[in-house]
Amino acid sequence: MGGGVVAGVAVSGAPVAVRAVAAGHEPFEAVVAAHGATVLRVCRAVVGPDAADDAWSETFLAALRAYPALPAGSDVRAWLVTIAHRKAVDQHRAAARRPAPTAELPERAGGELLGDWRADLWEAVGELPAKQRRCVAYHHLGGLPYAEVAALVGGSEAAARRAAADGVRALRRAWGDGGDSGDRNDRVHGDQRSEREEQR
Amino acid sequence: MSATGVPEGVAAERETLGRLAQELARRAAQEDLLDVAYRTLDTPVGVLLLAATPRGLVRVAYDREDHDAVLRSLADRLSPRVLRAPARLDRVAAELDEYFAGVRTRFDVPLDLSLASGFRRAVVEVLPRIGFGTTASYTQVAALTGRPGAVRAVGTACARNPLPVVVPCHRVVRSDGTPGEYVGGAAAKVGLLALEAR
Repeated sequence: MGGGVVAGVAVSGAPVAVRAVAAGHEPFEAVVAAHGATVLRVCRAVVGPDAADDAWSETFLAALRAYPALPAGSDVRAWLVTIAHRKAVDQHRAAARRPAPTAELPERAGGELLGDWRADLWEAVGELPAKQRRCVAYHHLGGLPYAEVAALVGGSEAAARRAAADGVRALRRAWGDGGDSGDRNDRVHGDQRSEREEQR
Repeated sequence: MSATGVPEGVAAERETLGRLAQELARRAAQEDLLDVAYRTLDTPVGVLLLAATPRGLVRVAYDREDHDAVLRSLADRLSPRVLRAPARLDRVAAELDEYFAGVRTRFDVPLDLSLASGFRRAVVEVLPRIGFGTTASYTQVAALTGRPGAVRAVGTACARNPLPVVVPCHRVVRSDGTPGEYVGGAAAKVGLLALEAR
């Protein structure tokens, strides 16, 4: 189950997409199962640990509402990451309207464990400048190509690529500081696909 | 934590996702976005899939029907807004538990028959007239529908009953008294008839 149809379309050409139209949409429960963890990590990285659960809920509720109208063959993961971005922006706006200092974006992403990232790596994500943090989240965690990342965060594709590279460099330093073997750096750089596969 | 932090982190993430998924189902129902709710139920005839629309119970499926395939079919035929959401199925699950415990002889839950159309729907509508602990032949059911010649079509309709157990197609047997085929398998049919004969 999971992203079967969607994943097939994402990596294949038009003929598969035509068949996907005939197959229709997967049950939304399968969408949650396939992409829930990715969206949670993106939310965690972009809005911090305290607001991440709310952002996840708002993202999936909005997605559920719009799901029947989503064109068949769409890249569901990219669609969800885009919704998550909009919900994060909404949260920032709401926070900015509120006077309470706690409404500010947390400066650190916090030390809780999530997925196979070490706690100190999540802390390091929280310490990145906002644009780097978003570019890392949308590209490396959410799997969006840089052109789509740029469309969300503003600026050029090249600028989004640079911001993500700067962010990953900072995270590698943090990972190296805390740690042992260098090959785990790949986890930061990779798109976490293998880990998601294990969870199915 | 362990050397890599993998087990705790992944476990924490799964726990969070489980809690968030439950909350999503609850809010979806509140906002009229839960077009198809489902859950599974362990029973003496195997794990049953139960699915309901806001109108009522729409599908009961045996394990051998492949629950993932059934859910995909519900997404295609009814709505892709399908979520695991046990609350809507609480009442039918409780009634099924009572039925399998031998303390309930009829089901009293709203049914959504939108998956059965035409003659199949006519058959599904007369089947509840075959009471607990009794049986009818395919020929007798054909007569009940007003189409006495449609014996084979009754067989097809029973085989494709969207609501087995609750709509008692298991009480339809061959004219010679042998149980005949069943969507849940011959063993399940014999088991249900034995349960009702106690």
